[in-house]
Amino acid sequence: METFIHQVVAGIATGGVYASLALALVMIYQSTHHINFAQGEIAMFATYMAWTLINAGVSYWLAFTCTILLAFALGVLIQRIIIRPVENAPVLNIVVVFIGLLVILNSIAGWVFTYTIKAFPSPFPKEPPFGLHFISSHELGSIGVTLVLLLMLYGFFKFTPLGLAMRAAAQNPDSSRLVGIRVGWMLALGWGLAAAIGSVAGMMIAPVVFLEPNMMSGILLYAFAAALVGGIDSPGGAVLGGFIVGILENILGAYVIGTELKLSVALVLIIVVLTIKPAGLFGKVIVSRV
Amino acid sequence: MKKRQFTLTALCLSLAGFAMSASAQKKYDPGASDTEIKIGQTMPYSGPASAYGTIGKVQAAYFKQLNEQGGVNGRKINFISLDDGYSPPKTVEMVRRLVEQEEVLLMMGTLGTPSNTAIHKYMNTKKVPHMFLATGASKWNDPKNFPWTIGFNPNYNSEGKLYGQHILATKPNAKIAVLVQNDDYGKDYFNGFKEGLGAKAASMIVATASYEVTDPTIDSQIVTLKGSGADTFFNITTPKFAAQAIRKVDEVGWKPTHYLNQVSASVGSVLKPAGLDKAVGLISMLYVKEGSDTRWDNDPTMKDFKALIKKYAPEVSPDDGNATYGYAVAQTMVQVLKQAGDNLTRENIMKQAASIKDFQVPMILPGVLASTSSDDFALFQTIQMVKFDGKNWVDFGKPVTVK
Amino acid sequence: MSSNLPSHEKTIPWIWLVLGLLGACALPFFITNYHVFQVSMVLTYAIALVGLNILIGYSGQISLGHGAFLAIGAYTSAILMDKADMPYWITIPIAAAVCLVVGFLFGLPALRLEGHYLALATFALAVSLPQLLKFKHLEFLTGGVQGIVIMKPEAPWETLFGLKLNSDRWLYFFTLAVTVVMFMIGWNLIRGRVGRALIAIRDQPIAAASMGINTPLYKSLAFGVSAMFTGVAGALSAILVAFVAPDSFTVFLSITLMVGMVVGGVTSLPGALYGALFIQFIPNIADQISKAAPWAIYGVMLILFMYTMPTGIAGLLRLIGQKLRPTHP
Repeated sequence: METFIHQVVAGIATGGVYASLALALVMIYQSTHHINFAQGEIAMFATYMAWTLINAGVSYWLAFTCTILLAFALGVLIQRIIIRPVENAPVLNIVVVFIGLLVILNSIAGWVFTYTIKAFPSPFPKEPPFGLHFISSHELGSIGVTLVLLLMLYGFFKFTPLGLAMRAAAQNPDSSRLVGIRVGWMLALGWGLAAAIGSVAGMMIAPVVFLEPNMMSGILLYAFAAALVGGIDSPGGAVLGGFIVGILENILGAYVIGTELKLSVALVLIIVVLTIKPAGLFGKVIVSRV
Repeated sequence: MKKRQFTLTALCLSLAGFAMSASAQKKYDPGASDTEIKIGQTMPYSGPASAYGTIGKVQAAYFKQLNEQGGVNGRKINFISLDDGYSPPKTVEMVRRLVEQEEVLLMMGTLGTPSNTAIHKYMNTKKVPHMFLATGASKWNDPKNFPWTIGFNPNYNSEGKLYGQHILATKPNAKIAVLVQNDDYGKDYFNGFKEGLGAKAASMIVATASYEVTDPTIDSQIVTLKGSGADTFFNITTPKFAAQAIRKVDEVGWKPTHYLNQVSASVGSVLKPAGLDKAVGLISMLYVKEGSDTRWDNDPTMKDFKALIKKYAPEVSPDDGNATYGYAVAQTMVQVLKQAGDNLTRENIMKQAASIKDFQVPMILPGVLASTSSDDFALFQTIQMVKFDGKNWVDFGKPVTVK
Repeated sequence: MSSNLPSHEKTIPWIWLVLGLLGACALPFFITNYHVFQVSMVLTYAIALVGLNILIGYSGQISLGHGAFLAIGAYTSAILMDKADMPYWITIPIAAAVCLVVGFLFGLPALRLEGHYLALATFALAVSLPQLLKFKHLEFLTGGVQGIVIMKPEAPWETLFGLKLNSDRWLYFFTLAVTVVMFMIGWNLIRGRVGRALIAIRDQPIAAASMGINTPLYKSLAFGVSAMFTGVAGALSAILVAFVAPDSFTVFLSITLMVGMVVGGVTSLPGALYGALFIQFIPNIADQISKAAPWAIYGVMLILFMYTMPTGIAGLLRLIGQKLRPTHP
């Protein structure tokens, strides 16, 4: 029984990792209606920027803040310079551009920082919370940070005029322009915020999985699945999706099918969920009437 | 007059004879000439195994410096190392390019079990030396069927067997948990381990968990293994996951007797990121000198190595186990080339590689000698078990002979 | 996706095709065996891209996991050659049939999914297949993590019309023949009822359904046919490389296929060939430009291609052809 609880809690911890990246995916989707495959690499690159700062002697929280700002700027720059020329291109062309971006960031990170793993510090205490060994303080803290981000994101989109403008720009760019929304800058802002969220995700993930250029590639698939299971336009759904995926994977691996097939079975189950509820558990079902 | 003619003729004849014998001694196969020796290699510089790319980088630096110092027997080494992204079809393509287009004399240190499996038959059909493979799979030591392939690493199977036998001898009632990477490398170690435990394997191994190289974390596996109540843990992982495992084992408050496979035993690239304090008590095996080990601080080859990478490969860390490994392989290669002298045919290269007699590769631990014979291509016959004391790996018991 | 008529609705310049085929037949005698091998691989990628094109370009669905069908085709061929001692040429149609069925069966539940969800489902297929291939209970068939080593077929004759044949050249001709056959099948499919039905479903699904087109059947069929093409490509590549292993079929392979299709030109049969040339040779070129970060060069080239050639290489060539053709009043 203790192991079972431990597995569930470990699943929540890993799920927190997926949830934080899933939030970045939701952010980019809600502001641009595209799923950015390069999101993981942007987060990884931002984490390396943080690592460089910390290695140069900057304190953790100062580096943390600087990285968020740098990542924001990076996201905006990428949107303005690289994505803008293909904004109105067929969706497949945009996907290829994302893949190009992914490969470029990965390759440059490998060249500049090499592929050897690096330790990344955690701002949370080393001792496990309440002396229990189910979860480390860092993992608990990361989940907390993810939930704070979630609340901020939810509040931003639901209650602020800027958030409304961003949602409008994504859903109906032409009408938005007619009411005076600067659609181009909304998209750039969306990218910047997504990159910033991704950088936080990266800095929370790196202490657990160790920093290296391929750090995010395994996580991206799970984050993608989590975001879709929860509903790609629902930040809360994405976070919940992350926890569900994490727990599901752990339970399947430990009790049902063994670790050799757990990934396959987890994905099959997710797809089954999606065939039953195509918009995800909490997504909005869009009905088009003919 | 006659005496002069006689002396002159004798001189001419002897000169001619000398020249003929000299040119008769110089024999070249494609890739070798009076001025250069072409060596080919494929390495995963990109993709999931890209951390091993350091090996190729260090070897390129080694040969560059060697060329500046005059090369081997007056010939420069033209080292061509291509990226195969750890994908077997790409390896086949790159190796065919090296052999058929670049016409290299031999291939050195190609990395990866699946990559080498893909070209195993090809190299032997083409009769090109397939040397010092950067993998410890047991199938490379088969001179009868694959006379052109010779490995380098002490094979994984033997290492696993060693740990199994050690547990049988020291902790016969141990309950063992195993974390194994789900590929050829992991399976090879695991099979050897089970062989080492013999008939008691099934009863002693109480839990096994596997993971994919593409998995983000192995936390769940560690939780499962701890939950089995095991008091001994065999950790068959590659560096990134080894570091994660060491960290997680400590986090969940599990304190087993922890065996770690040699591939991930580097202090610089695994133990330091994981946390040196968490790695105390780890048991593994060493055969290459570690850059972070203080007992080699005044060792001439270690000093040369550190100076080399500082000058030619500054992004490489001297503590990286892959770096010293690559250096050791390059040194062994140079030894074989020196032995071959001016007879640089592929056949002679293999002959020299199969007749290394008790050679102490400078970067390999003292006492671990390299020896090969025509029916046994395994380079290193002894393995030294080591234990981590928080700062260095310390010798643990006597060197063991493995087959 | 453009709703223009596909380019091949216009008349085919037969003369170019015949010349191209003749050139292709003469090629192996002028280049080294290594290059013959490379060109053979290009042909297999081209077949796979035709398959992907049928699914994405013509039927408007998406797949980020076609590497899985490459794997299924390759393993089918390898298992039949290794375990059942079948001659290599018979494994091709069998691999085609197996993939047709598997693709169709995958297409059925995938009907409920669209866009991103379908992308995830196909992605999941690509990710889970290597795990299945390594599964210990299937090891007796798949060789598990070790993969399967195949005997590379030898040429059946020493010479052909007085020109020397070796294994590489023979396999090249075999691949070329299969490629021509597959392209002809693809051509007929796209021009015929199936192609028109797929385009109708892609562009106006509701109108198509009201016209009596059995949408679910055709969409699943598109998956099946697409998988069949890719499976044939996989089987051929297994014979050429003479080795299959789970590591050969990573997620990156699936992504590379999709990239090749877009760069070559969606909804274009010759685009498959251009895309195949891209994915085979551009990484090598990038490696020569920069040893330090070759994939960064590859990524930059991808992005530049998308900026300058949004309709792919085939689209660009089509545009150039239109500009060069004299305008008729």
